[in-house]
Amino acid sequence: MSATAVSLPAGSLHFWQTTVGKKAIMAITGFILFGFIVGHLLGNLQIFLPPEKINHYSATLKSLPALLWGARITLLLAVGLHIWSSFQLWLLQRDARPIKYVKKANLNSTYASRTMLWSGPIILAFLIFHLLHFTFGTVHPGGPFDEHNVYNNVVTGFQVWPVSLFYIVAMIMLCYHLYHGLWSMFQSLGFSHPVYTPWLQRFAKLVAILIAAGNISIPVAVLAGFIKPV
Amino acid sequence: MKLTLHVWRQKNAQDTGGMVRYDVPNVNEHMSFLEMLDVLNESLIEKGQDPIAFDHDCREGICGMCGMMINGKAHGGFPGTTVCQVHMRHFKDGDVIYLEPWRAKAFPVIKDLAVNRASFDRIIAAGGFISVPTGSAPDGNAIPIRKQDADLAMDAAACIGCGACVAACPNAAAALFVGAKISHLGHLPQGKVERDRRALAMVQQMNIEGFANCTNIGECEAACPKDIKLEVIARTNRDYIKAAFTERPDSTSAGAG
Repeated sequence: MSATAVSLPAGSLHFWQTTVGKKAIMAITGFILFGFIVGHLLGNLQIFLPPEKINHYSATLKSLPALLWGARITLLLAVGLHIWSSFQLWLLQRDARPIKYVKKANLNSTYASRTMLWSGPIILAFLIFHLLHFTFGTVHPGGPFDEHNVYNNVVTGFQVWPVSLFYIVAMIMLCYHLYHGLWSMFQSLGFSHPVYTPWLQRFAKLVAILIAAGNISIPVAVLAGFIKPV
Repeated sequence: MKLTLHVWRQKNAQDTGGMVRYDVPNVNEHMSFLEMLDVLNESLIEKGQDPIAFDHDCREGICGMCGMMINGKAHGGFPGTTVCQVHMRHFKDGDVIYLEPWRAKAFPVIKDLAVNRASFDRIIAAGGFISVPTGSAPDGNAIPIRKQDADLAMDAAACIGCGACVAACPNAAAALFVGAKISHLGHLPQGKVERDRRALAMVQQMNIEGFANCTNIGECEAACPKDIKLEVIARTNRDYIKAAFTERPDSTSAGAG
C-alpha cells in the first residue's frame, strides 16, 4: 500500500504528454518569442534614424557570433516546441469532439482567443517569408539585396506594395495572437488573480497593439515616402 | 405560445442520429423548459412515438443531472442557471429552438439528449477525494481554516459536475470541472495532504478520458451554472506543474514496520 491513497493511473503520463504540460511548454516558448519580438521591434525602429545607425546595429550583431547564434538557436528551439505542442494539442482537440454542434454560440470568448490556431500558422508563413526576404535575401523583389546595407534592403523591400500589405496583414495576426497569448501564458503556468489578471489582460491588449503598430509603421513609412532609399 | 423545436434524436450509442423537427403548440410561459419537454413527450407518447430522452432529477439546479445545448448555448446560456431552472418566459411565440446533447468524445450519447458522463466519475475516482479514516465525526472547530480559504473552497465546491463546461468548450476540455475539484479540496487543510498527487492523478485521468486542452478562452466560465471561475484552472495548472517536478516515486520501504 502506498503512503497516500491517491494513486496515479496506470500508464502514467509524463509532463510533456499531458495537456497541462504541453500548454506550459507553449507558455514558456511563447514568452521567449515575445521577448524576441520586443527586442526585434526596438532594433528595427532605428530605421527612422539615419541609415548608418541600423546598418551599424546589424554589423554589431553579426560581429557577436556567440550572441547571434545563441539567440538563433534558442529562438529556433522555441519556435519548434511552440509549433510542435500546438500541433499535438490541435490533434487532441480535433479528436475530443468527433461530432460537431449544429448550432454553437460563443458567449464569453474573444475572436483573438478562438483563432489562435489560425493566426499562428499565418505568422509562421510570414516568418518564413520574412527570413527569405530580409535575412537570406533570396526572395527580395524590390531590388538587389546587400547584406551589409540593411537600411536599403528594408526600404526597397517595402516599396513593393504587395509585400508591405502582406507584412501589415501578418502583423495584425501577430496582434491578435499576442492579444490573447500574452495573458493566457500566465494562466497556463498557473497564475490567476481576481485583481491582477484583469490588468494583465489590459496590458496584453495594449502591448499587442503597440507591437503591431510599431512594426506596421515601417512599411507604411516607406510606402508613404517618409523613408527613402539612399 | 407556439414553438418549433429541432431536437437531436438518437436511438442508442450505436445509432448515427439526426435532428428532428417538432411543433409544440400551447406552451405556457410559466412552464420550465423541462416541463415544456414533458408536455411534448406526453403528446409523443399519445401518438405512439418514442419520447425524447433527457437527463433530469432535482429540477432545482443542484443535482447536476440535466443539461443540453439550447440554440448552441449550454443550459441555454442564462447566467448561473441549469436547464431545469430556465423558464419559457425567456422565449417568445414562434421561436425556433435547437436542442442538442453535450458533444464530447468523453461524453458518448446514451440516447437523444442524454449523455454518459462516467468519465467525470473516473476523474473523481482518480483523485477528487481526501483520504481519512472513517469513524466518529471530528470536532467541528478542531482544524482552523482561514475564512478566505473556506470561501474559495466553498465556491469551487458549488460545481455540480453537469458537464456544461465541456459542452461549451470548443476543445471539449474538462479543465473547469477538474479545476473546481482541485480548488475545492486544495484550499482546505484536509485536502492539502494529497494536493500534489491529486493534481497529477486528475490531470492524467482527464487526458486518458480524451478531454482536450484548455485554451483559456473562457466559454466554460460563461456556461457554468454555478459560476465557477477560470481561476480554478490556473490552480490546476499550478498544482500540476509543481507536482510534476517535485513528486517522487513511492518508496518501497516507507511506512513499513
